[in-house]
Amino acid sequence: MTDLANDPTAAREAASAAARVRRRYAAERRFRLYGILAIGAALSFLVLLLASIVLRGYGAFTATEVELDVFFDPAVLDPSGALDRATLGGADYRRLIIAAVGDRFEGAEDRRAKREALAMISTGARFDLRDMVLENPGIVGTTRKVWLQTSADIDMLRKGFITREVSEGERRVSDRQLGWFDSLAADGQVRTVFNTRFLTGGDSREPERAGIGGAIVGSLFTMLVTLLLAFPFGVMTAVYLEEFAPKNNKWVDLIEVNINNLAAVPSIVFGLLGLAVFLNFFELPRSAPVVGGMTLALMTLPTIIIATRSALKAVPPSIREAALGVGASSIQVVTHHVLPLALPGILTGTIIGMAQALGETAPLLMIGMVAFIVDIPGGPTDPATVLPVQIFLWADSPERAFVEKTAAAIMVLLFFLILMNAIAILLRRRFERRW
Amino acid sequence: MANTQLQDADPRDGAVSSRPAARRTKMAARDVNVFYGDTHALKGVDLDVYEHEVTAFIGPSGCGKSTLLRCLNRMNDMIEGCRVSGEMTLDGRDIYSRDIDVVQLRAEIGMVFQKPNPFPKSIYDNVAYGPRIHGLARTKSDLDEIVLTSLEKTGLLDEVHDRLDQPGTGLSGGQQQRLCIARAIAVSPKVILMDEPCSALDPIATARIEELIDELRENYTIVIVTHNMQQAARVSQRTAFFHLGSLIEMDETEQVFTSPKNEHTQGYITGRYG
Amino acid sequence: MRYERTGGGFNLAALLLAAGFSLIAFHAGPALALDTAGGTAGLTAPFRPIYLVLAAILVAALAGFYMGRTQSLRTAGGQIRDLHSLPSYYGFYVALWCGLPAFVLFVAWMIVEPGIVDDMVLAGLPSSLSELPPQRLGLILNDIHNLAAGEGFARVADEQMVAAARHYNALREIGFWAMVAAIAAFAAGGLYHGRARIAPALRARNGVERTITVMMIVCSTVSIFVTIGIVLSLLFEAIRFFQLVPFWDFLFGLEWSPQTAIRKDQVGSAGAFGAIPLFAGTLLITFIAMCVAVPIGLMSAIYLSEYCPRHLRGIIKPALEILAGVPTVVYGFFAALVVAPFFRDTGMVIGLDVASESALAAGMVMGIMIIPFVSSLSDDVINAVPQAMRDGSYALGATRSETVRQVIVPAALPGIVGGILLAVSRAIGETMIVVMAAGLAANLTANPLEAVTTVTVQMVTLLVGDQEFDSAKTLAAFALGLVLFFITLGLNVFALRIVRKYREIYD
Repeated sequence: MTDLANDPTAAREAASAAARVRRRYAAERRFRLYGILAIGAALSFLVLLLASIVLRGYGAFTATEVELDVFFDPAVLDPSGALDRATLGGADYRRLIIAAVGDRFEGAEDRRAKREALAMISTGARFDLRDMVLENPGIVGTTRKVWLQTSADIDMLRKGFITREVSEGERRVSDRQLGWFDSLAADGQVRTVFNTRFLTGGDSREPERAGIGGAIVGSLFTMLVTLLLAFPFGVMTAVYLEEFAPKNNKWVDLIEVNINNLAAVPSIVFGLLGLAVFLNFFELPRSAPVVGGMTLALMTLPTIIIATRSALKAVPPSIREAALGVGASSIQVVTHHVLPLALPGILTGTIIGMAQALGETAPLLMIGMVAFIVDIPGGPTDPATVLPVQIFLWADSPERAFVEKTAAAIMVLLFFLILMNAIAILLRRRFERRW
Repeated sequence: MANTQLQDADPRDGAVSSRPAARRTKMAARDVNVFYGDTHALKGVDLDVYEHEVTAFIGPSGCGKSTLLRCLNRMNDMIEGCRVSGEMTLDGRDIYSRDIDVVQLRAEIGMVFQKPNPFPKSIYDNVAYGPRIHGLARTKSDLDEIVLTSLEKTGLLDEVHDRLDQPGTGLSGGQQQRLCIARAIAVSPKVILMDEPCSALDPIATARIEELIDELRENYTIVIVTHNMQQAARVSQRTAFFHLGSLIEMDETEQVFTSPKNEHTQGYITGRYG
Repeated sequence: MRYERTGGGFNLAALLLAAGFSLIAFHAGPALALDTAGGTAGLTAPFRPIYLVLAAILVAALAGFYMGRTQSLRTAGGQIRDLHSLPSYYGFYVALWCGLPAFVLFVAWMIVEPGIVDDMVLAGLPSSLSELPPQRLGLILNDIHNLAAGEGFARVADEQMVAAARHYNALREIGFWAMVAAIAAFAAGGLYHGRARIAPALRARNGVERTITVMMIVCSTVSIFVTIGIVLSLLFEAIRFFQLVPFWDFLFGLEWSPQTAIRKDQVGSAGAFGAIPLFAGTLLITFIAMCVAVPIGLMSAIYLSEYCPRHLRGIIKPALEILAGVPTVVYGFFAALVVAPFFRDTGMVIGLDVASESALAAGMVMGIMIIPFVSSLSDDVINAVPQAMRDGSYALGATRSETVRQVIVPAALPGIVGGILLAVSRAIGETMIVVMAAGLAANLTANPLEAVTTVTVQMVTLLVGDQEFDSAKTLAAFALGLVLFFITLGLNVFALRIVRKYREIYD
C-alpha cells in the first residue's frame, strides 16, 4: 500500500514501513485501551462505592417486631389505682416485658435464660409501652397483643446477617434465642415494618433505636445559618467585585487573590478558625448549629462568590449599557437588570456550595459537633450534630447493626445531595440563557 | 478506476480548455458531495489537480473551497457529523477506499494552515516530528539531514541555523509559517495543501511565502485556498472558482482572470461581491 | 398621580413597631415566671430572646419604610414628579436610618457584652478565687458559665461558685434588657431623624445607593478578614505551643507521642512533638493517592476529550462528577469498611502482613476521590490546547495517540502539572478519609502496607473531646494547622500561577 515510488529509500524499506505502520496502529489501540480502562476503573469505583453502601444500608429502613401478650399489670404500673400521669410515666415497664417474654418463651425460667429472653426485645420497647399507657390509661389491667421492637441482634438475625451454622460462641444470638425466634416466626408473630424511628428519632446507644432525625434537623439548622450568612455576603461581594470595583486597584486585587486562595484552604483549617474565634474568643456555645453554620459559611463563601461572578460575567454588557442609557443609576442597573438575569446562575452556584457544606465533616469535628446528642435540637443554639458527623460517629461503632445504620444514613445524605444537585441542574436547564 | 482516462473525460463542458498535453493529473475529484449534518456544503464537484502546478481555489466565504481542501487529505474525518460521497483520487487511487490508511495518506498529502501552528517544541523537533512518527530516518544523521534540507528548501535555515533548539513559537509569523511548510515537506509529500497560508501574515512575509510556493512547485503539487485574488493570480497556474458549494468555473488562471466564462466569476473577480 | 393612603401608612408603621417590641415583652413574661423553678443548683439561664430582638429590628425597619414612603408623598402633596427620588427610596432611606444603627449596635453589643460580664463576675469573686493564676481562673469561669446555664454538672458546686453564677446570670439579664432599651432608643431615634429629613429635595436614592455601596465594600472585605483570622488564630496558638516545645524540635523531631502528663514527675511527661513522622505519613498517603488519581484521571480526561463520541461524553462526564460530589465521610466509611479489610484479607491470602489501617487503603480511596478533580482540571487544559495544534499533527499523518502524547500533552503540560499540584494540596488537607481509615500511631515508615498517621488525623485526635486550651497537646494541633495552611497555600499560589500563565499563552 505504500506508494513512495519516487523515493528510492522508501521503496527499499517498504516491508519494514508496513511493519512500522502496524506497530503504530497497535500503539494507538493500546493507548485507546488505557483510556477506556481508566474510565472503566473510575466508573467501577463509583459503582462499587454506591453498591457497597446500598447493599449494607438498605436493611436499616426496616425494623423487626415480635408480637407478645403483654399484661398491663396494675400492681406494677399503678399500685395506688389513681391512674395519674406522673405515676404511670415513672413506672417500671421493663417488668411487663420480663413477664411477657417469660410467658411466651419456653424454658425462660432461670435468671440467665430470662436475661437472654429479655435481650431479644429492644431496651427501648419499654418506652413504647409507656407511651401506649399514657395515651390510653384504660388499658391498665388488661392483656393486649402488642408488637414490640426486637433488639438489634434479633433484627440482624432476621435480616440474615447472623449465620446459624457457626457454633453458639461465635455468634451474638444464642441457640436458645434462635429457638424462641423460630417459634415466634412459626406462629406468625414476627413482622417487618418500615423503620420510621430511623428517620425521625434521635441518636441512641442502642442501634435499633438510633435514628437520624436529630442529625437531619441539626443539618437543617446549620445549613440555614450557612445560607443566611454566605448568600448575602457572597452575592454582595461578587456584585461589588464584578460591577463596581475599580479595575487594577491593589485592594481589589488583594481581595480577589484572597478569595481564590480561601477556596483551596483545607476545610479542617476553617474548623480551627471556628474553634479559636467563635468558641474561644466569642465564647459561643459548643456543638451548636449556629457556630457550625458560621464556620461552614466562611467555607462556602468563596464558592458562592466565584459562581456569582461567573454568572454576572455572562450577562452581556449591552444590557448594562441599555439600562444606563435610559438614565438608570448603576445600582438600579444591577438590581433591575443584571441580578435578575444572573439569578439562575447564582442560585445554581449557591446550591452547589450548600451541597458541599452539607457533606462537610472535618471543620465540625473541630467545633465540638461530635457530642452524643439524643434530643432533637429545637433551635440553632441547641447542641446538635449533623448528618455527616452522625455518619462519622456511627462508623466508629463496631456493631454490625451500626454498620447498617451508617450505610443507611449515608444513603439519606446522598439522597439530599442528589436532590440539591438535581435542583441545580434543573435550574440551569430551565433558566439558562445563551447570549 | 482507471485514472488515465480521467484526463480526457471531463464531463463539464468548457470547464477545461487549452491544456498542454504534458500535464498529468495528480489528484482528481468526481461528483464529490459533502454534508455537515444537514448542511449540504459541497455539491457535485468535479476537478483535476495537475502535477507540478499550483492550483488555486477562490470564492467568497463559506463557498466550500476550504471544505474541499480538507477532503483532499481526509482532515474532515475528524469532524463529527461530516459525510463525504463521490470519488477522490491520488495518482488514480481512491483515497476514501477502505484499504487506504489515512495516516499514510496524510504523509503523502501535507497541509499548511491559515494560522501558523508550530508545535510548542524546538524548531528542530517541529520539523523532525513527521519523519520521526513515520520512521523516515534510520539514524540521527539521516534525521539531521532531512531537517536541514527541509529548512533549507523553505529558506529558513539561514535565519535559524544557530537556534534550532529554540521553541518554534518564538519565531516571527512569516518564519513560523515557513517552519510549518518545512514541517510539511519533511515527510516528502506528493501534494501540499495550503489553506489561506498568508492570511495571518504581513505583506513582506506574504511575498516571501509566495516566492517559496513558486519554488516548491518544481518538486510538489500544490493546492492553495486563498481569499486574495491577486495572490491566486500571482502564484497559481490554474484557478477554480467556487460559489455556494458548487464549482462554478475552473480553468487556466490567466483565462479565469481575463475572460471568465461565468457571470458569477466575473462578478467576484471584479469585486462586485465576495 | 395621587396617593390617597397617606395617613394609613403611618398608623400601620406605628402598629408594626409596637407589635415588634411587645413581642419581646410577651415572650419575656412566662420566662421570668419560670425563673424561680430552678435547675440543678436552683439556677437557670436568664431569658435572652435574641432572635426576637433581631425580628423587632426588622419590624421597626419595615415600619420605617412605610413611614418614609407615605411621608415623602405627603410632603410632595402626592405629586411623585415633585420628589427627587421615587417614594420607595424615601422608605428605604428611613428604614436604613431606623434599622442599620440599631443592627450595628446589636452586633457590637453581642460581641462586647460577654467579655465585660466576665470581667465583672471575676472582679466580684472573693479574693480566695480571684487571686488564682489566669489559667485556673479560666477554668473557674468555664464552671461558672456551665453552672449559670443550669446544666447538669458533675463537679461539686460550692457556695461561692453558685453565688458567682447567680451574679453572672443577673448581669446577663441586666445586660440584655439594657441592650433592648438601647436598641429601641437607637431605632426610634433613627426613625425620627430619618423622617425629619424627608423633603422633596432630599436625594434619598443617592443616600440609599451610597449606603448599599458601602455595605458591598464591607462585605467584600470579609474574605480578607477571614484570611487574617485564620493566620492570626493559628499563629497565636502556635506561638504559645512553640513556647512549650522548641520550633526546631517540632519541625524536625522524629518522634510523635503527644500524651500530656497526668503527674508532673511522670516519665516522658512532656510528650514528644516531632512532626516528621506525620509529614512522612501525609506524604506517603498523598503519594499513593496520586499514583491512583493521576494516571486514571489524566487518561480519562484524554479519552473524554480526544476519543469519546459526544453522546457518550455527556453520560460519562457527569458520572465522574458524582465521584466528586460524594462527601469525604462516605469515602472514609468506604475505605474503613470495604477497601481496608479487602487489602488485609488479600494480604493474608498471599502471605503479606497488611495492617488493617494500612496507608494503602486510605491512599487508594483518597486517590479515587481525587480522580474527578484531576480529570476535570486536565480536561480543561487539554481543551484549551488550540485545535490548530491537533490539525497540524494530523495533517502530518500522526495517529491520535501520537498527537496526544507528542503534541497535546507536552503543550498542556504546565496546566496539567498545575492541576496535579492543586490535587496534591487537596490530598494533603483531606481529613475524613484518613481519620476513618488511617492509623493513629506515628510510624516513620515508607511501607504502604503499614499504618501511618497524617497531619490532619492528629489535628482531629488532638482536638476532639478536649476542651482545655493550655496543654501542649491541644496547642500542637494549631501548630500543625499552621504548617498545613502554609503548605497548601504555597502549593495553591504556585499552581494557580502556573495554570494562569499557561492560559495566557493560548488566550
